[in-house]
Amino acid sequence: MLRVPHVTNYLSEHFADDAFGTLAGYERYGGYKAARQAITGMAPSEVVALVKESGLQGRGGAGFLAGLKWSFMPAETDKPKYLVCNADESEPGSFKDRILLERAPHLLLEGILIGAWATGASKTFLYIRGEYAFPAAQLERAIAEAYDKGYLGKRVMRSGFSHDVVLHRGAGAYICGEETGLLESLEGKKGQPRKKPPFPAQYGAFGMPSTVNNVETFCHVPHIVAKGSDWFRAFGTEKSPGTTIFGVSGHAVRLGLYELPLGTPLEEIVYRHAGGVPEGRRVKGVIPGGVSMPILPADQLDVPMANEFLRERKTMLGTGGIMVMDDTTCMVRAACVITYFFRDESCGQCTQCREGTGWLNKIVNRIERGAGVPEDLDVLIDVAGKMEGQTICAFADAAAWPVQGLLRHFRADFEQHVHERKCPFPESFQL
Amino acid sequence: MISSATRARIDAEIAKYPVKRGALLPALHHVHAELGYVSHESAAAIADIFDLRPVEVMEVVSFYNMFFDTPQPRHHVRVCTNLPCSLRGARTLLAQIESHLGIEAGQASSDGRIGLGHEECLGACAYAPMMRVNDRYHEDLDVEKAKRILDSLE
Ligand SMILES: Cc1cc2nc3c(=O)[nH]c(=O)nc-3n(C[C@H](O)[C@H](O)[C@H](O)COP(=O)(O)O)c2cc1C
Ligand code: SF4
Ligand code: FES
Repeated sequence: MLRVPHVTNYLSEHFADDAFGTLAGYERYGGYKAARQAITGMAPSEVVALVKESGLQGRGGAGFLAGLKWSFMPAETDKPKYLVCNADESEPGSFKDRILLERAPHLLLEGILIGAWATGASKTFLYIRGEYAFPAAQLERAIAEAYDKGYLGKRVMRSGFSHDVVLHRGAGAYICGEETGLLESLEGKKGQPRKKPPFPAQYGAFGMPSTVNNVETFCHVPHIVAKGSDWFRAFGTEKSPGTTIFGVSGHAVRLGLYELPLGTPLEEIVYRHAGGVPEGRRVKGVIPGGVSMPILPADQLDVPMANEFLRERKTMLGTGGIMVMDDTTCMVRAACVITYFFRDESCGQCTQCREGTGWLNKIVNRIERGAGVPEDLDVLIDVAGKMEGQTICAFADAAAWPVQGLLRHFRADFEQHVHERKCPFPESFQL
Repeated sequence: MISSATRARIDAEIAKYPVKRGALLPALHHVHAELGYVSHESAAAIADIFDLRPVEVMEVVSFYNMFFDTPQPRHHVRVCTNLPCSLRGARTLLAQIESHLGIEAGQASSDGRIGLGHEECLGACAYAPMMRVNDRYHEDLDVEKAKRILDSLE
């Protein structure tokens, strides 16, 4: 079980109490009141409007407005509608959904129930990555408790509304986190992303209207329903309200999770909360939101951690997985690790992605070995540029961005390798 | 080959989905729990249940890292080597484990006890380096701790 966040807020304040993960414990803290309030006292359209007003952004990486997404679900349709919870969490550097699954399964189920009521969904498919065996066991137990108590199944809380939750385990493939790759995988196929449009709200799971949301996105919803959109908007920035659970990894002193308002300056997280890097070292660069998000150099950590500010620095919040790298770090080695990952995980449907990820990895490996030539840097930029915005899914962009970021801010590292014909960072982490 | 208990579990999974094939991944998980991999016979049996051809079942099996089409060692040991773990010495640890076991990542010990490999991020980045042994995570590792865990595997 993951350790309790170093800094907690409304999502995580009761995580130190193991009972919070049980239905009885969760209800002692007021759990399921919001779902009851929504299902017995609010029209679905009112719930959608409330979540819209709250400005809640999806926490799965793209930051799409949750209420707006819910409003895309067709109101008048004979087809069954489905909700899909994305618990595939496999963006390297991310482990915030895991703690929510492990320590707050009922908060997630309550968020799902409210989402289901709001969108008229009869079933939720909860897709969890295959490696998360322990979190899956926690969820399975929580789902059984919720059925026993009449919070799932027929006539939820004695209302006229029925809802089922199906826990579905993935089997090891990063691309199944992309929502349409996930849908294919859910349908028992290879997890190869679909061409869009049609979007899931028209043609989703098993061809039915569906809404896909991240685990954390659902977890904010009961709080919004219970306390209102103004309360929610008091956290974070005007455009990016609420908290999120940042994960700090790499070379920082106090690694772990931190629930903080969106808009918290990156330097405050890295230095004040996570204690910077050990004595005698300096921060060299920080990846702000999972490996797909372009790195920031040490002199740009004043940026508030919200998309409207991160975009100005050509990066994004992603999953809030913050990776700190100290001054021993060879950024070409970092590029080797990152590009290997994307080469390995490309689903292979699009030529630009399949070939491009291979090229990027081959070239950075060559540079790291000391066998690179000056033109290689331009080839990297050229290949990465051709991968962007050209493919079936955003995986190819996610593979190109980190390379572009490393070259934007640490071009000197690459040039030094080429010039000296070897890696000039003998103290760097081993490959 | 699929036992009647596994068959019953698969039928229970099928009931949860609006389309039968939705239960294919769960079914393959049950086959792995019983046999450790998908044999020709199990692929044929699964294909039969799902109205697919065996080759369609095997295509799905080969897409996912946690599914196998050959008999597997008793324990899967996977060291995470993605960036956060690598920054904290995961590759050094993997090399030490390789020499301790006398095999390389991607190989299995000759007694069929341990299959060693590396893996991408497992969602334990702050507790690096880490490895997965079958379904269990072992975090905050150093080489001595890793050796103890490996030596205690039957
Ligand atoms: C390559 C790729 C991998 C992704 N992996 C995940 C993931 O593991 N978990 C997740 O919630 N979203 C992931 N996403 C984003 C999903 O496609 C989708 O936008 C998200 O689940 C929607 O939920 P939200 O609006 O609540 O954030 C990924 C996207 C891409 C392109
Ligand atoms: S961009 Fe890459 S991962 Fe996405 S569909 Fe195309 S080949 Fe597959
Ligand atoms: S990088 Fe190893 S667990 Fe995330």
